[in-house]
Amino acid sequence: MDAKSIPLMGREEEPTIFEQSVAGRRAWSFRETGVPEWGADELVPADHLADAPADIAEVSERDLVAHFTRLTHRQYSVDLGPYPLGSCTMKYNPKLCDDAAGLPGLADVHPAAPESMIQGWLALLADLGDALCEVTGMSAITLQPPAGASGELTGLLLMRAWHEDQGRQRTKVIIPDSAHGTNPASVTLGGYETVTVPSDDRGLVDVGELRKRLDEDVAGIMLTNPNTLGLFEEDIVEIAAAVHEVGGLLYYDGANLNAILGVVRPGDMGFDIVHMNLHKTFAVPHGGGGPGAGPVAVSPRLAKYLPGPVPERQPDGSLRWATPERSIGRVHGWHGNALALARAWSYILVNGGDGLRRVAEAAVLNANWLRHRLRGVYDVPYDRPNMHEFVASTTSLKKAGGVRALDVAKRLLEEGFHAPTVYFPLIVAEALMIEPTETESLQTLQSLADALERIAADSHDEAAAAPRTTPVSRVDEARAARTLIPTFDARR
Amino acid sequence: MLADLGLSSVDELFSVVPEALRLTGALDLPPGLSEPDVAVRVEQVAGANRRSGPDLVCFAGGGAYDHDVPSVVRRVAFRSEFVTAYTPYQPEVSQGVLQALFEYQTMLTRLTGVEIANASLYDGATACVEAVNLAVAATGRSEVWVSGGVHPQWREVMRTFAGGTGHELVDVPLVDGVTRFPSEGAPGAILLQYPNYLGCLDDIAGAAAAAKSLGALLLVAFDPVAGGLLRSPGSYGADVVVGEGQPFGTPLSFGGPYLGLFACRQEHVRRLPGRLVGETVDTEGRRAYVTTLRTREQDIRREKASSNVCTNQTLIAVCCVIQMAWLGTSGLRELALRCARGTRYAREALLAVDGVSPVASAPVFREFGVRAPVAGEVIVERMAEEGFLAGVPLDDGGLLVAVTEKRTREQIDAYVTAFEKVVK
Repeated sequence: MDAKSIPLMGREEEPTIFEQSVAGRRAWSFRETGVPEWGADELVPADHLADAPADIAEVSERDLVAHFTRLTHRQYSVDLGPYPLGSCTMKYNPKLCDDAAGLPGLADVHPAAPESMIQGWLALLADLGDALCEVTGMSAITLQPPAGASGELTGLLLMRAWHEDQGRQRTKVIIPDSAHGTNPASVTLGGYETVTVPSDDRGLVDVGELRKRLDEDVAGIMLTNPNTLGLFEEDIVEIAAAVHEVGGLLYYDGANLNAILGVVRPGDMGFDIVHMNLHKTFAVPHGGGGPGAGPVAVSPRLAKYLPGPVPERQPDGSLRWATPERSIGRVHGWHGNALALARAWSYILVNGGDGLRRVAEAAVLNANWLRHRLRGVYDVPYDRPNMHEFVASTTSLKKAGGVRALDVAKRLLEEGFHAPTVYFPLIVAEALMIEPTETESLQTLQSLADALERIAADSHDEAAAAPRTTPVSRVDEARAARTLIPTFDARR
Repeated sequence: MLADLGLSSVDELFSVVPEALRLTGALDLPPGLSEPDVAVRVEQVAGANRRSGPDLVCFAGGGAYDHDVPSVVRRVAFRSEFVTAYTPYQPEVSQGVLQALFEYQTMLTRLTGVEIANASLYDGATACVEAVNLAVAATGRSEVWVSGGVHPQWREVMRTFAGGTGHELVDVPLVDGVTRFPSEGAPGAILLQYPNYLGCLDDIAGAAAAAKSLGALLLVAFDPVAGGLLRSPGSYGADVVVGEGQPFGTPLSFGGPYLGLFACRQEHVRRLPGRLVGETVDTEGRRAYVTTLRTREQDIRREKASSNVCTNQTLIAVCCVIQMAWLGTSGLRELALRCARGTRYAREALLAVDGVSPVASAPVFREFGVRAPVAGEVIVERMAEEGFLAGVPLDDGGLLVAVTEKRTREQIDAYVTAFEKVVK
């Protein structure tokens, strides 16, 4: 790949669908049904009937397709180029998985159909659940949570149910200062109070400080390992023992699971509850912000609290739904993001146990190589062997010429790359959190490093003017918040 | 690459992982398969399901509806620029997804009759949870009255999450298909579904009056398809409108991914869960879109957050906006009319069958409940042999039957004939 190549993206403003609407134009067609054509007033009592139909937009199919296709030309995506977005794991996924999820035998199945008609789905879910338990070292699983954050909250409600069954009233959950933003929010919604534990100068949980916070009020700790700095929590065995000693549970935030697939398992580290982001690790594309899927796996003592129903194998080989004995209840209207689960299942089949380990190896190798290459150009606050991502910083560049992390991000966009995550984790100033992922080649990493080196040599003015080659130049985010225009109608 | 790092083996990459923890063998999973072999496996599994189609004509609803999805939805929404993009954190290269969401938000506000819509939540059930959280935060009252006409599984999800927040959910039963909320008490909100789980046009005007007199917010779980025909919840005074967006552009999908619709009055915008896209300009003064009011979100306010929503269902929202644009004003009305017509036709024919009676007499939209001499579960099993997914069994032995624009008169007639046979 040419380092200076620019993805072809449109720079012409695209009018909204409402501005393209022409009254009376239409794209729809309905089948002939032969059903009597009663009028609206014969079908719905007058007091419920709308005076006029909701005004949507009226376009031909051709206009509709052209509009949304032009929108796609104003959109970066993994299929267009690399996305080194730390913590988000934007890797390329096999197209096979898209086809799997699109099969009519999976997609056209009603979720309330009786067990006898959904044996294929139940087998798929059971098999996926078993595979995910094996990967995480846990013994039972719910596939219902539709996203990672939903998985977090599910995990906390499981924690709560377990403590309550022990007759305990626990009030606090411990979270490292480098945690994902969703962790404290989930803790609040789980009915707990967040207690923050600081990181030490290695970028790891300060075990001494952790011990000071551990008491009989602690329900548990939420950790990701590797942590959000991309570093493996080397003291995890000691941490697990300390938390278990006060009767707390360990929750594993699986956002970074791709770094350890087939290498080490959360269950073996001492975790009791694990959520997985199937959209980060197991081939579910992000879809512009979803859908994802956030299954939660648990150790044996928590199995009976899982949301139900879960698929259960019968002695005769058939499967049925079963609700765990002390289930906390459903966390999704149906069975979770089933088609996303089908993608994950096909991804595990195509990789196999051996392939999953190679995923971790490539992810970690790529990230270490890039850190090594960039350490002389950018600050690397925790410059030690990392896992699948690492955090760099532009503190020196800012001091020398006023170039901020945000400027670097915008300059990268015009170099033809998506930007890394910026200003996260919060404990690093001017953070650039870089995750090349396992699917990018050495040539791509070299191009990315070359671009980042060029950007580091830029003047402040050059950096502040970016991006200039993108569909729009730098966007006024403050204005959007100050003068809120959340709909086309609010514009008037 | 290893040499650049001064390493001699891949294993050395993991030297920071304590040796005692490292797996010594491979994961106990089968070895990787070739792509064609995986395709065969997936086909086998899919073949073990009975899918809705010519072999199993679908009359089941209950929150998941067998509507037609036009080719444009799959062909356009599933372009890889939409499928493989990430959350639009860098707006300069995310204008496609951002503008699609802006248009989705606009259509949703027009459909619901309230001013603000977010860029989607997970599904109808979790949208109800967020509506309750918003109402409790806005009113400072933790008691919420929930109509018995709200989807039973959605109520179950609400109960699960209330276990963490401590909200008190009070069930208000249906009487002949509609909810009569008490006139005394101090709830923070009252929630009903419109049309409700039994397909009935619930007493939304009565609920609005009750909410007003009690000082509670009115939360309405709204069927967007009904929006083609019925007055919008906003026109009744609803404060928050939620719903399940699956009927607009998403196949049955075995229950997911679906689409949580969420819209509310302007005054609640700072409590809005999830993402919001707003219009702004770039440095050259050109129109641009960006996710805005991010301080509401979990990623900045952290433990003060009233929602932990992070990912949403953007791709499904894109399917929804494309399907809505495909329908347009006239198609939306036509769709709703056709559902209501098929439902009336099927309901009248079924009620003419000996021993079949309605579950409720209130008017219905595209779904209705019946009681027969045989329990709903048994009817479903027997009707499967006749080539129909007969409906969704009700807890009291009844059966919930849904009719969409896909069902022809011929199919409905055949369904009624088979029904007559299996309930004898």
